[in-house]
Amino acid sequence: MRDIAVVSVAQHQEKALTHTTEVELMVPIINEARGAVGLTQDDIGFTCSGSSDFLAGQAFSFVHTLDAVGAVPPISESHVEMDGAWALYEAWVKLQIGGVDTALVYSYGKSSPGSLRDVLSTQLDPYYLGPLWPDAFSMAALQARIMLESGAVSEQRLAEIAVRSLNGAAGNPLAVRSSAEATVESALAEAPIADPLRPSDCAASADGGVAVVLAAGDRARELCERPAWIKGIDHRIDPHQPGVRDLTRAPSAEMAAAQAGASADRLDAAELAAPFTTQEHILELELGLGNGTAVNTSGGALAGHTMMAAGLMRIADAACQIHDEQADRVLGHAASGLYLQQNLVCVMEGE
Amino acid sequence: MAERLRADLVLEYPFTRTTGPVIGAFLTGLREGIILGIRRPDETVLCPPTEYDPESSVPLTDLVEVGPGGELMSWTWVDPPRAQSPWDQPHGLGLIRLDGADTPMVHGLLVDGPDQLSVGMRVTARWRPEREGHIADLEGFVPEGADQ
Repeated sequence: MRDIAVVSVAQHQEKALTHTTEVELMVPIINEARGAVGLTQDDIGFTCSGSSDFLAGQAFSFVHTLDAVGAVPPISESHVEMDGAWALYEAWVKLQIGGVDTALVYSYGKSSPGSLRDVLSTQLDPYYLGPLWPDAFSMAALQARIMLESGAVSEQRLAEIAVRSLNGAAGNPLAVRSSAEATVESALAEAPIADPLRPSDCAASADGGVAVVLAAGDRARELCERPAWIKGIDHRIDPHQPGVRDLTRAPSAEMAAAQAGASADRLDAAELAAPFTTQEHILELELGLGNGTAVNTSGGALAGHTMMAAGLMRIADAACQIHDEQADRVLGHAASGLYLQQNLVCVMEGE
Repeated sequence: MAERLRADLVLEYPFTRTTGPVIGAFLTGLREGIILGIRRPDETVLCPPTEYDPESSVPLTDLVEVGPGGELMSWTWVDPPRAQSPWDQPHGLGLIRLDGADTPMVHGLLVDGPDQLSVGMRVTARWRPEREGHIADLEGFVPEGADQ
């Protein structure tokens, strides 16, 4: 296997980018990520993006966004209709195959023009679930009640996770929901938005984008003082129908973490892309995160959930902690689908 | 002044697709006012049915009738109702395990308020009078005895 590292990241997120197109959003982010390591597009061996035509409301919308990259003269490029974390996986595979030493990965999402909790109904199967338009908060509430009734989690624990996000996000300028003053008592005092879930249990939706530069071997060492070496990366999926799963678990997250070698050594920090506190609780258990691991110091996806980018943003946040020498071994996580149906785990280390 | 040019655009999906031998049978069953599950090799019954076993991926073919009564395993309250949903009044949404099935299905709960819902309560299907082979042929579930 080749040694491959995250050598540069850039991101932007806010509540609503009402008057900004995806291209306008991505030009400065991509320039910043490439520029930080002194690269232009001519120096990039492979480019891969993650976004949703469905969210943009336009077929092949991702082709327009290539204007933000600069695709003339022609570049080697690919796209996944998934969170950018999966685009990073594709780029990692491409670098493993060889022939290129650098890759640009980016993703973005603008969900503010619609109601994301309703739009997400369209990710459900089109026969049994989709036609009922059960919104994302209501579906998460069904899981939350099963978890609470079975004792898999307590309201107190959910409030602690919400407060951890709110407090952590207070130091993160990219977070769209934060509060240095929030306490478990204030979280528990909120009226339910989808009984038994409270507003702070549900991720705050956001618009934004993220770009990451990957490099292999000595090229990474040239470009970055302390590359975040990808020591393990894996993604797995569980069945879709809610009835066939134990909703207090996410076996695919556990499997991805095992394949990525997450528990092989101490993890200093973990960044999790959980859209609900209930699911952040499940992930902490499935990924085996202990007391020594700082979870979501950025506030995580709860503090700002940019559809299609929340996972790659977590990997970027985790990699930054290596770049900045705040941590030596970190985990970035991405999820997709109903009830954490699909999970990706990326373990990174500094030298 | 010149007349403004005008062209109508009709967005359409000019394909038909089959729902297959299992989902199709389930939807046809709904049209006839019955609910079908499917038996797995371990004798448990999935409802709603899938063509393949979610764990072993073996094809499943043994359809069995389940319900119309069942047990509420989880619920939430949806107020206001979502714009595109089949319901125009505040309603519950639940996971309902039908009698004869081992897995729950998602559907609406037709009661006046969340205080009428509790985990473990008995519910039963309420049908629409006009049915077309669609998940919303089931109007939703009501507390057992409510329609008698």
